[in-house]
Amino acid sequence: MVDNRIMIHVENLKKDFGKLEVLKDISIEIETGEVVVLLGPSGSGKSTFLRCINQLEQATSGTIVVDGKNITDKHTDINKVREEIGMVFQHFNLFPHKNVLENVILAPVELKRMTKEEAKEKGMQLLKRVGLESKSDAYPSQLSGGQKQRVAIARALAMNPAIMLFDEPTSALDPEMVGEVLNVMQELVADGMTMVVVTHEIGFAREVADRVVFMDAGYIVEQGRPEEIFNNPKEARTIDFLNKVL
Amino acid sequence: MISIVQTYGSMLLSALGKTLLLTLLSLVFAMIIGMIFALMNVGKNRAFNLAGTVYVDAVRGVPLIVLAYFIYFGVPAGIKMIGIQDFRLTALQAGTIALAMNCGAYMAEIIRAGIESVDRGQMEASRSLGLTYGKSMRLVVLPQAIRTMIPSIINQFIITLKDTSILSVIGFPELTNMGKTISGNTFKSLETWAIVGIMYMIVIVTLSKVAKRVERRVNRGR
Repeated sequence: MVDNRIMIHVENLKKDFGKLEVLKDISIEIETGEVVVLLGPSGSGKSTFLRCINQLEQATSGTIVVDGKNITDKHTDINKVREEIGMVFQHFNLFPHKNVLENVILAPVELKRMTKEEAKEKGMQLLKRVGLESKSDAYPSQLSGGQKQRVAIARALAMNPAIMLFDEPTSALDPEMVGEVLNVMQELVADGMTMVVVTHEIGFAREVADRVVFMDAGYIVEQGRPEEIFNNPKEARTIDFLNKVL
Repeated sequence: MISIVQTYGSMLLSALGKTLLLTLLSLVFAMIIGMIFALMNVGKNRAFNLAGTVYVDAVRGVPLIVLAYFIYFGVPAGIKMIGIQDFRLTALQAGTIALAMNCGAYMAEIIRAGIESVDRGQMEASRSLGLTYGKSMRLVVLPQAIRTMIPSIINQFIITLKDTSILSVIGFPELTNMGKTISGNTFKSLETWAIVGIMYMIVIVTLSKVAKRVERRVNRGR
């Protein structure tokens, strides 16, 4: 039953918002180190699905097991599991009252992962990795969108997560800043991070995804290697969607 | 006018001191009450939501003067009915309770609005890192909420300071009560109330100037 290669196991996941059924029946397994891109028209449920993986949205029914922990079980300490799941948001959600380094070290220090000094050292390394060590004292309001998103990635990495979730990380960026964020994400892929990415960047999906999952109306319609999905889609809805975005 | 200042000056100042004491005590408790009920209101627990709403509606629905009478006369009378004979509240105690309850209800609304003004993504980002609801509230949401709340809180402080005058009706020797005594003794209503009014004004204008500076300092780091 327990398969160490499986990082995220989702079975018959349903999610309603009142009368609105957003996720109707989602089952999927994601392996350790796998990079999965979720594609689909807006309202298809991809963001909601992503947010269910760290229970920012509570599943209405179904089972989600992350790294061997059943997070849909009420007895699981969701905070502990979230420490292993980094999340990057469309609108960055940096803490505006804290400077860049403080944003990065807040969680590791508060959760007693390390002392403040250790966290600062690690934080600077992370900022270096995303190319922003010179901005450690700046406040989020002084950064460009691309820089903000790179800080947000560093902040999520500071907890040493096993999984990274990206919710349209480049959708709020000016076009010229998309590249710098995708580059950082690509490096994470190269490091073997397990990633689930909601994005409209087809180029990114084609290049780095191990698997593309096409969602529509609360279901997974089709999934496969990027070249299969993009070059040879089988479902009418996938074809229709790809015709509009490619 | 000068004769009143000469004769009653020190009494007026000590009455002003009592006004400030009452204001300060009430505000401290009002902040605590306001924070508790605001947190009850913004949380997801339905029972807490209800308790918070009932408190705010009940207190805001009753004039302060009625609340003061209720606490000063009503509550001890009620306690006597259940058999405890010598329970009494001093005017300061009753006044502080009434004002703190009243101001606390408004404070709860100010704090709730402040918390709700912070983008939902802030709480989500903090929770996604593994921080608990409480820590996220304390470290991420409240520090941002306080900035938007400061002007309203200062305004509420000033209203509370003025509202202390209502507590002259339960005999607390604050500034307005002293004004009544002096004008009764001297029959110089015009001068007495002018002096009392000016004293309030000086304190409140000074307070709002100080508050403006605090507000600017807090906003500078943004």
